Amino acid sequence: MTELVLFFIFGALALVGGLTVVAARNPVHSAMGLMLTLFSLAVFYVVQAAHFVAAVQVIVYAGAVMTLFLFVIMLIGVDKAENLSETIRLQRPLVVLVGLTVVVVGVFVAVGGRFAWITGVVGAGPEVNGTAEAIGDDLFTTWLLPFEATSLLLIIASAGALALAFFRPRRREGKEEGAP
Amino acid sequence: MNLADYLPIAIMLLLVIVFAGASIGLGNLLGPRRPTPEKLAPYECGIVPELEPSQRFPVKFYLVAMLFVIFDIEIIFLFAWAVRFRELGWFGLAAVGIFTALVIETLGYVWKRGALDWNIPRRARYRLSHDVADEEAA
Amino acid sequence: MDGWDVAIVIVKVLVVFALLLAATILLVWIERKVVADMQNRIGPERAGPWGILQTLADGLKLLFKEQIRPNKVEVGMYLLAPVLTLLPAFLIFMVIPIGVPFTVTLGGVERVVSMQGTDLNVGLLYILAMSSLAVYAVVLAGWSSGSKYPLLGGVRATAQAISYEAAMGLALVPVVFYAGSLSISEIVAAQSGTWGGIVPRWNIVPLFLSFVIFFIAIIAETNRAPFDLVEAEQEIVGGFHTEYSGFRFACFFLAEYINMFNMSAIAATLFLGGWNGPTFGLTGFVSWLLPIIYFFIKTFVLIFIFMWVRATLPRFRYDQLMTLGWKRLIPAALLWLVLSAVVVGWRQFGAPWT
Repeated sequence: MTELVLFFIFGALALVGGLTVVAARNPVHSAMGLMLTLFSLAVFYVVQAAHFVAAVQVIVYAGAVMTLFLFVIMLIGVDKAENLSETIRLQRPLVVLVGLTVVVVGVFVAVGGRFAWITGVVGAGPEVNGTAEAIGDDLFTTWLLPFEATSLLLIIASAGALALAFFRPRRREGKEEGAP
Repeated sequence: MNLADYLPIAIMLLLVIVFAGASIGLGNLLGPRRPTPEKLAPYECGIVPELEPSQRFPVKFYLVAMLFVIFDIEIIFLFAWAVRFRELGWFGLAAVGIFTALVIETLGYVWKRGALDWNIPRRARYRLSHDVADEEAA
Repeated sequence: MDGWDVAIVIVKVLVVFALLLAATILLVWIERKVVADMQNRIGPERAGPWGILQTLADGLKLLFKEQIRPNKVEVGMYLLAPVLTLLPAFLIFMVIPIGVPFTVTLGGVERVVSMQGTDLNVGLLYILAMSSLAVYAVVLAGWSSGSKYPLLGGVRATAQAISYEAAMGLALVPVVFYAGSLSISEIVAAQSGTWGGIVPRWNIVPLFLSFVIFFIAIIAETNRAPFDLVEAEQEIVGGFHTEYSGFRFACFFLAEYINMFNMSAIAATLFLGGWNGPTFGLTGFVSWLLPIIYFFIKTFVLIFIFMWVRATLPRFRYDQLMTLGWKRLIPAALLWLVLSAVVVGWRQFGAPWT
């Protein structure tokens, strides 16, 4: 019962946040909408007894990634007039195509009967253990290789960030860079 | 360990929101309200503000935030390992050792590239960025 | 979980709330007195005995001041920021145990009431999560004010907070593998007892470097001197709260002091053994009261160090701040982590080749 109430409250909040992200005219408001969505997701994780994931959600996404987003927004300058020309060619047709695909897949899933509304938990669900201990055990035995691969991903990310920050096309040499 | 553990946090959340809202509202009621154009202008130590606040920031801040994301993820993984320190033994230590070595390498790389230097004069910063550009091009 | 349990929870929340407010009132006064003493001044002395009511008077005064809302502000975020700054400040303390549990009989059932808001099994991560949320209020306040100084203050604050949060998190990892748990109450329990009957089994003894890194990081996290570039008066006036007045300003002020108290309490809990201390074989009420007293003594010793540091050190320059964070504390924390892990591992599992 509590689960259901929480699901509806925070599901609605997550949707409001998501709509804010796409609808807000001000990028900072969009960022705050995303923040609301991420936070609602953290509540979902708590409800699903995934405590570790919930904490990670808040620390990494709401804490670190959103700070990064805010910096990028401020880096670009919120009030500057946007260049609205689309750089990806065929962007609009592609959007239509992808959107249609999603709808078609959705219809297939619904009609194909592989989808059912869960109206209530039938019997007791499997015992979920989302504590840090359980995650630690799994991460360092079953998922060891993906874990080590993550560190490579982090290196690539930092190299990419440096390249973005410091690398400039040669022809723009001598032009004024942003105010310090 | 269940949802009830989070009940105190939820109650505290509501209490603080009510407290902050009520006291700010009370302040609005009790305080005077005598706005003047000068009072409502952005504060600039008495000088009439002429320019909008600059809303562009050095790219360094972006780098710091990016690095922070990396370290945050590292810390999360370290916590997951640290709670199982005894059970995982040398095996876990080795796994985390490799991971940490790579993160230290990342830090070293970023350090050497000068992304952590905040006191370089502007001219030197130009040179630095162009050095990188030259190397990448070469 | 019945009505009585809910009542206990509500009482706990109210106690924590009152405790934090009372602590703030006391802290501001203590700080003004201590700093005044270190600077050969007298400090507040008029309101109440030794001026102890000065903070209350200041707070009430702020309530009666005009809450100016400058015309360049981004209204929604501007109004939201003071509320947002209080939330993490009050929420963090919910996982700190301040004493040993006691039992009461309510509704015919004997219930154990822990002296802790709630004992999350990811307590330490909860603390990190809340302290990472604290930065939003500052950056939003700075950005929404539509003024130069707050914007600079807000961005400085964010970069500073995230730099030191990394160091803070790394310094806490050894604490976790010493205790083998993320639950704060278990971390405290792991620090009970002594080595050889003399040295208390506190984390600060084997993990002194971690404690130093953590303590520097929390001074930076709470934006206290010498890391108070966020509100460096000589450069950017009041920093992120320049455009705030009346009780909205009081919210930021309140949050700053609550955070200082929180962080000292966390440091005392994680490194100084929390409420652990000798009970001299006493039983009953006294054995329940003593741990609480120990907890507050430890916390206030750390708070005193906060004030001492503030009165002693001049403010950092921004590049020095970043250098200290990224080039000193983080590498030191990483190396110390590896070193202590290997040493503890060696002692627990034997040599790696056996």
